[in-house]
Amino acid sequence: MVVVITAMTVLFIAVVVLMLLRRQLQEKYAVLWIVVGVAMLVLEVSPPLLGWLASAAGVQVPSNLLFFLGIVLLLGVSLHLSWELSRAEDEIRRVAEEVTLLRAEMERITPDVAPTDADDE
Amino acid sequence: MTASTDQRTLVIVPAWNEQANIASTVREIRSATPTFDVVVIDDGSTDHTAREARDAGAVVLQLPFNLGVGGAMRTGFRYAERHDYDRAIQVDADGQHDPADILRVLDGLERADISIGARFAERGEYTVRGPRRWAMVLLAFVLSRIARTKLTDVTSGFRAANRRAIRQYVAYYPAEYLGDTIDSLVAAVHSGLTVTQVPVEMRQRRHGQPSQRPIGAMVYLFRSVFALVFAVLRQPVAPREETL
Repeated sequence: MVVVITAMTVLFIAVVVLMLLRRQLQEKYAVLWIVVGVAMLVLEVSPPLLGWLASAAGVQVPSNLLFFLGIVLLLGVSLHLSWELSRAEDEIRRVAEEVTLLRAEMERITPDVAPTDADDE
Repeated sequence: MTASTDQRTLVIVPAWNEQANIASTVREIRSATPTFDVVVIDDGSTDHTAREARDAGAVVLQLPFNLGVGGAMRTGFRYAERHDYDRAIQVDADGQHDPADILRVLDGLERADISIGARFAERGEYTVRGPRRWAMVLLAFVLSRIARTKLTDVTSGFRAANRRAIRQYVAYYPAEYLGDTIDSLVAAVHSGLTVTQVPVEMRQRRHGQPSQRPIGAMVYLFRSVFALVFAVLRQPVAPREETL
């Protein structure tokens, strides 16, 4: 079982690295996933580490510590993504405003260019 | 003055909230190189950078929000490509780059596609210590090997590009931190462009905080290595055959 999970973790890290190489993932997101992947790998190759961490944190069942950390991490990641998305939406809105103003200026400067309405397309 | 001054040259100045420095920088550039056009890329400033630059006689391109130096520079290179310039050179808005050196850096284009104005290459007094210094030495060593020429200051923003390099930069110029200097350079070399460096002196920033914080030096080293590894491993992005 441990072998399968370890293999999956290695695959996960490989996919992240591949996406980075293909420029499909920005560094700022990739760093987090690589750190998470490596942390998972460390826990998998040395199972006593989790038990030691759990007792140090005062958690009686080691797997509960794992679940807790996993939930906290996913919560953090989804909040971060919502924040990034909000920022991206705001930037798109500003670009749209900018383009609209430019189009109005353009139509004013060159009146012989017919305004493009949605019907024309 | 060299024979190369009759080529159409664009000076690109990326500026973000530099209202205190931008006017004097633009005026210095225009008096040092009166035949060159100056374009200031206002990278979403919230102060009067654009107005100051325009009053000083520069063409101003205002980005609707902050894209970072990489995004601003790509805008500048796109402008250079679209307006058919022979050469483009980046000069920072904060006054660190001496406009008197612009022609020296441009002369490097006689022997290469990209010419970098390098600090601590024999000239000037510019000292960096600690992890930041190690990062710079490491980056310089690796990039020198890749570019097959001696480079000492690969994160310098004082760099010139000829037509081939402008087209390459339009195709690929990452906006990320360090990507704009390191990744773009590695990608250019992988695409067959040549690089050279010219020693220049860096001046003190006149106003505002320098971007060198001792706390972030270790983070800088780590990010340099990270950016470098991926820059080297990536496949090059070829410039488009047709230009707009």
